[in-house]
Amino acid sequence: MEKGKKSRKVTGAEAVVLSLVAEGVEKVFGYPGGAIMPVYDEFYKYRHKIKHILVRHEQGGAHAAQGEARVTNKTGVAIATSGPGATNLITGIADAQIDSTPIVCITGQVASHLLGTDAFQETDVIGISSPVVKWSFQVTRAEEIPWAIAKAFYIANSGRPGPVVIDITKDAQQAEFDFEYQKCEFVRSYNPIIEVDLDQVKEAAQAINGAKKPMIIVGHGVLLGDAQKEVLEFAEKSQIPVATTWLGASAFPAKHELFMGMVGMHGAYAPNLMTNECDVLISIGMRFDDRVTGDLSRYAKQAKIVHFELDFSEVDKNVFADYPVLGDCKETLNFLNPMIIESDGREEWFARWKSLYEKEVETVINDDVNPPGKDIRMAEVVRKLSDLTEGQAIIATDVGQHQMITARYYEFMDTNTNVTSGGLGTMGFGLPAAIGAKVARPDKEVVAIIGDGGFQMTLQELGVIMQEKIPVKILILNNEFLGMVRQWQQLFFEKRYAETEIESPNFVLLAEAYGIKGKSISERTDLDGALKEMIDSKESFLLEVMVEKEGNVFPMVPTGASVAECRLK
Amino acid sequence: MSTDNIKRFTISIYAENHIGLAGRLMQIFTRRKINIDSLTTSESEIEGIYRFTIVVHISQNQVIKVVNQIKKVVDVMVAFYFDEDEIVYQEIALYKIKSSTLLGSNVEKVVRKNAARILYVDKEFTVIEKTGHKEETQELFEKLKPFGILEFVRSGRVAIARPMPNLHSWLEEVGLTDKFVLNAKK
Repeated sequence: MEKGKKSRKVTGAEAVVLSLVAEGVEKVFGYPGGAIMPVYDEFYKYRHKIKHILVRHEQGGAHAAQGEARVTNKTGVAIATSGPGATNLITGIADAQIDSTPIVCITGQVASHLLGTDAFQETDVIGISSPVVKWSFQVTRAEEIPWAIAKAFYIANSGRPGPVVIDITKDAQQAEFDFEYQKCEFVRSYNPIIEVDLDQVKEAAQAINGAKKPMIIVGHGVLLGDAQKEVLEFAEKSQIPVATTWLGASAFPAKHELFMGMVGMHGAYAPNLMTNECDVLISIGMRFDDRVTGDLSRYAKQAKIVHFELDFSEVDKNVFADYPVLGDCKETLNFLNPMIIESDGREEWFARWKSLYEKEVETVINDDVNPPGKDIRMAEVVRKLSDLTEGQAIIATDVGQHQMITARYYEFMDTNTNVTSGGLGTMGFGLPAAIGAKVARPDKEVVAIIGDGGFQMTLQELGVIMQEKIPVKILILNNEFLGMVRQWQQLFFEKRYAETEIESPNFVLLAEAYGIKGKSISERTDLDGALKEMIDSKESFLLEVMVEKEGNVFPMVPTGASVAECRLK
Repeated sequence: MSTDNIKRFTISIYAENHIGLAGRLMQIFTRRKINIDSLTTSESEIEGIYRFTIVVHISQNQVIKVVNQIKKVVDVMVAFYFDEDEIVYQEIALYKIKSSTLLGSNVEKVVRKNAARILYVDKEFTVIEKTGHKEETQELFEKLKPFGILEFVRSGRVAIARPMPNLHSWLEEVGLTDKFVLNAKK
């Protein structure tokens, strides 16, 4: 620490808040309780500096922090007390870990002399969270607080981002010490910055320049690395069609002429089939998750794989990379782009894409967007919302059919606007994440698209919308089923609908109970007007759309199938 | 778990001496249902840096992935994995027998022939020590068995790499040498 810097005596609790201020934190999501009370006392004193938003369940706090992080790339903060407060965070922490989302969770802990005594509300939160955090630390002395928080923010949001837990005993919050803050810029056992090996870039460029039938898959890493512009330049210069993973959505403009849609289990038909037809597959910031690849032993075996990746442990983890390019993809692509030979198009390859796309339009998309039947389909709702918002809204989704329909039919035109639970598939994510996103980006329209099942997992967060007057729009696509599981039961369990029929409360009345305007519709003729009313509302608005009960999401790559076996019905 | 080419690998990990780190490392194995044959830890030649030596029975493909995951742990400096012929290694075993069996038996001969040594003797019992590879300490165990072994314990493996990438070369490579104090230089 620098000498001569002014320090002053503060309590550990005050140091927590001062450290957050020093990290530029303006908003935190949390829930008070016994072991974190000294910190809350300081939140009260510093309420002009940091806005604390009271969630209704700590899981909501973690998801809201994630929502904030997703739309800003800044580190979100969630606060909870010891014991149940901390364990309630775990789902959000696990979600942030698998979806590389930078959040710092600060938990209270029983006084250090009580550790290990099964004291009231004592849980080994470091132990419980350990497999699902990027880093964690238990503070038992006030002096450790600035150091631990500085390190937490540095680790959470450098390299491949992730969640960090700082557990602080109550006595450490109460003890006084000389406070000084210094941002962390180096941890000797941790090297998040990878020096680019230019030879790797050159070899990749050569492979790409020689390709006849290449395709690009863009992942979340492009958003995290802020490399959207570089990817666009690369794709346009090389005239290579671009698909995204689900977390990569919004990294590439959906209406761009080179955009093919999403890959994977419910991805578009063309990029799934073309994965097994291309000669060079260029993956940028994605990790070949099983939902993307289907059967690995039959995944892109004919192709040379170029893998732009920041996390060395992802290279060759699932798919062997012929040309790995390690490093921050913004940097590596900036090296790559000048080496790329301008292409004037790839007629045959594009014709193949167009023919597959047309097949999907004929068999799936037309009926989804303009359904022949009387029942409203999820896809037409999402597409209308997409048109109405011109693809500019931030869309937070929950998990299930509505999520995959959003992936397919919302045309993301602005970047960092897709807030979803991808890797963990956490039902209940949508509403609190939307709240976090709206708090972080009040200038943007934020719509939470949620199913009737998932909404009931975290609907208590309507209380936050009420109390803080957060103008989040809520679009519930209600099919009176746990739809995705029901779809699998229909396709793979001979329609034995075990526990997937779900009744819901009157969502409009429920919203009303929270002082939120609401509307429920079931007729197609009401759809345009209702969506417009929701978007035009200056306040939060809940719109429930009753949709086709037994609608299915297609295309689909069934578990264990190859991407080439993508089903259209 | 794939069963192709299961071999014995020794993993060397250099890490900060932080509470909970051992647990974190263990999780990497348990999550993949990999059993650990032995685990030894102690401070390394570098101040504050601990060395974990872990022996596992897995495939080459698995060991590469596991070591990558280990390297990713924030508090881990670096990790390497080695084949049996890439390391010099040793284990230590202690055997407790009744002192009365020493009289009129050839225990002494067994000890001498096996390059073991008697570590402790009192009226009641005797402790014999043997260092070597597992096969060797096991061989002595079998030989002492007829005399009645009261207690037996074997340590985990400690291993030193033959001229191979190690912490020093890695530190030089990443330019971090000045961030560490070599204990040996103290």
